[in-house]
Amino acid sequence: MSRSRNDAILIWTLRVFTAIAGAIVLLIVGFLIVESIPVLKSVGLSRFFTDPSWHPARNISNSDETYGLAPMITGTLISMALSVLVATPLGVLSAVFCHYYAPPTIARYYRRLIEVLAGIPSVVYGFWGLMVLVPAIGRIHPPGPSLLAAVIILIIMIIPTIALMADSSLANVPPAYLRGAVALGLSRWGTIRHVVFPAAKSGLFTGVILETGRAIGETMAVLMVAGNMVQTPKSIFDPIRTLTANVALEMAYAMGDHRSALFVSGLVLLAMIVALVSAAEWIGKGRIYG
Amino acid sequence: MKTLMSLLLLVSVALITGCGDSSTPKAPATGASSKDVLAGKLVLTGSSTVAPLVTELGKRFEKLHPGVRIDVQTGGSSRGIADARSGVADLGQVSRSLKDDEKDLRAFTIALDGVCVILNKDNAVKELSDKQVIDIYLGKIANWKDVGGKDAPITVVNKAEGTSTLELFCHYYKLKPNDIKAHVIIVDNQQGIKTVAGNANSIGYVSIGSAEYESSHGVAIKLLPVGGVDASMANVKAHTFPLMRELNLVTKLEEPTGVKKAFLDFCTSKEANESIKELFFVPIKE
Amino acid sequence: MADTRILTPGRSEWFSTLAVWSAAALVTGFFLWVLWDIVSHGFSQISWSFLTTESEKAGRAGGIGPVLVSTLLVVLVCLAVSLPIGLATAVLLSEYTPEDSLFGRLVRRSLDVLSGVPSIVFGLFGNALFCKALGMGFSILSGGLTLACMVLPLLIRATEEGFRSVPLDYRTSAAALGMSRSSTLFHLLLPAATPGLVVGLVLSIGRAIAETAVLIFTSGYVSRWPESLMDSGRTLSIHIYDLSMNVSGGNANAYATSLVLVVLLLVINMTSSWMAERWLHRRIVLL
Repeated sequence: MSRSRNDAILIWTLRVFTAIAGAIVLLIVGFLIVESIPVLKSVGLSRFFTDPSWHPARNISNSDETYGLAPMITGTLISMALSVLVATPLGVLSAVFCHYYAPPTIARYYRRLIEVLAGIPSVVYGFWGLMVLVPAIGRIHPPGPSLLAAVIILIIMIIPTIALMADSSLANVPPAYLRGAVALGLSRWGTIRHVVFPAAKSGLFTGVILETGRAIGETMAVLMVAGNMVQTPKSIFDPIRTLTANVALEMAYAMGDHRSALFVSGLVLLAMIVALVSAAEWIGKGRIYG
Repeated sequence: MKTLMSLLLLVSVALITGCGDSSTPKAPATGASSKDVLAGKLVLTGSSTVAPLVTELGKRFEKLHPGVRIDVQTGGSSRGIADARSGVADLGQVSRSLKDDEKDLRAFTIALDGVCVILNKDNAVKELSDKQVIDIYLGKIANWKDVGGKDAPITVVNKAEGTSTLELFCHYYKLKPNDIKAHVIIVDNQQGIKTVAGNANSIGYVSIGSAEYESSHGVAIKLLPVGGVDASMANVKAHTFPLMRELNLVTKLEEPTGVKKAFLDFCTSKEANESIKELFFVPIKE
Repeated sequence: MADTRILTPGRSEWFSTLAVWSAAALVTGFFLWVLWDIVSHGFSQISWSFLTTESEKAGRAGGIGPVLVSTLLVVLVCLAVSLPIGLATAVLLSEYTPEDSLFGRLVRRSLDVLSGVPSIVFGLFGNALFCKALGMGFSILSGGLTLACMVLPLLIRATEEGFRSVPLDYRTSAAALGMSRSSTLFHLLLPAATPGLVVGLVLSIGRAIAETAVLIFTSGYVSRWPESLMDSGRTLSIHIYDLSMNVSGGNANAYATSLVLVVLLLVINMTSSWMAERWLHRRIVLL
């Protein structure tokens, strides 16, 4: 392709901006690492996974501090997994609804509704959860603030992300594909399942990644409705504490090693996301972007 | 597209450079100020319990002295102490009295607050002795029928580790925070009130002022007497209620001057009482 | 896009049709439940003075004028910074990077990682970098910049998807006609990729407005009329948090502020879609 001077300027401008974006990522990871070093030096990394409980500030009864993150890691993983598992089909089917099932007027309003819901603050959802959802769950099975409440709130919060991304990727499916499918006599759902979804898969994949990121990183709403008990949940009605809620809860008064320990939990979260994304990429190797 | 981009660029540049310096000078708070006109900026950080009160007092103060800016931020009592020590903040907001290892700071008490035990309004139990409360929180009593209520498991609501409310609660009831067997952990007062109001079999403890306000406005909670004394702001004011805490503004040991001194005088004077009462705390001077 | 109506349902498809309509109904139902709660409790407080005056009595009386202005300023700063960087990175990734290059994969992975960083970590990071290290203190500028870091992954990934969906024919035809790559980009690809860009924009604005934990540590808690970008100013979401969680008797105004926020979102979303359609999309005809 042609290489005019404009092109050269463009490429270099693009590279500079991308470098800035890359620098931001490096800065944040670096920040996390630097803040975690103190406790990693004095306590070591393995204790974060093998200690029985989380009591980093236990200096009153003269027993040692413990730094076990395992229950909270479990809590984070389960709430994320359940919410993504339920939100993805709901979100994708919503987008399918907008494009192929709904009359155009309804589709327009539905899309607007989802766009607005993408911007409602987590505190509003948390507030609603505290006032309406938690008492309702508590009537079925005490105490109320629980894993279930956290999962429901997360589902409501991440549906807009996957729905909007799915909506946009469905819009990008070439109309020729649809015409071809109709010409071949495929049913509506058959077309959607076997023609549209494969064509839109990179967008859907991106949507799932983005919604998982949101689910893992959500702090305020989960803090308000999950109960915040550091324990491995045995039933869906047990209160749990996620890693993010833990940071929010304890950062306000944590000093020294305790503060460092909270940053370590941030690093653990980051590692979880890297693992998830790599796993997803490996599973879809070549099949997603090919 | 081009016009739009250049317009956006122009607007952003204008915003950033055009209003670069605010109209009030950033004079040092402890510097000398003229007798008639106070000017400068005070930065306060710390407890989010104290923050709304200080914001209101700050607004009143700014109306009296238009050259002054009082900026209030949150971050927790410990941040208030740390920032006051390091000088990042002029004053730290702390919702408790100073500990022994904090003697390098001095505290100015601006209001009092109490902590009381709350139950859901539908709970038949009307009073709990100190021992019963201790046993409930230790997990030894697990069902309401053991203290005169109906047959239902108790849902214990505890406050997050490190909050001054928890420390005060444990100090009075002689509990160790690690021994408490709770079912739900909450962060702030309102969350505690809403959780107890939403669960008929729960017990929790929150600030008296908020609890009194909410229950008188129909929220489904009721306040229990502590140590035989009814939980009310009146009793906190009379110093007869056992679970009390101070709301403090802390600063370094040297004598405050200038805007800082004027603001501290304002907050500890009778002029502050209206704001204090509006937020359901107890003023110290009547 | 009107073509999608050519998919007509068959009789044997009742199950999938039911499933799709039920999903939509379920989602709509839940959201309307939440929205109804907000509207019914908040509507009575809304008035012109509510939107334009300062707050009094710790926010339980008075209005949210300064808070609205601070919110708009923070979002503006965020977009002004993240749009160029995000767009540029998306273009570089989709147009100038081979599919399987290490650089491309690295950048994409790091963006995915960034999208999962908890909001409170962003808040602490923004505090350490913008407020302390760069000396901006608690300010709208710090808040906007930190938010920009936060929405970058959303913007970049969504925009990249938009570019990816533009058929290869456009680029090869442009090259055949002798257009330079930069012309192709500005006059052909950017307009065609607008739907993806709009989704990225909507998601980012939504995320920016919805954030609380990030802004408590960067743009702060002050509820005064901001005089410059260096002033601290609280946003709508922080105001809602304070009123509902911190102040007794703040529920009513928390609901009202939530309602204002929802309406503001609607307005912003409609404006950005309309602007994108008008300025970019209509320039080309999609066959």
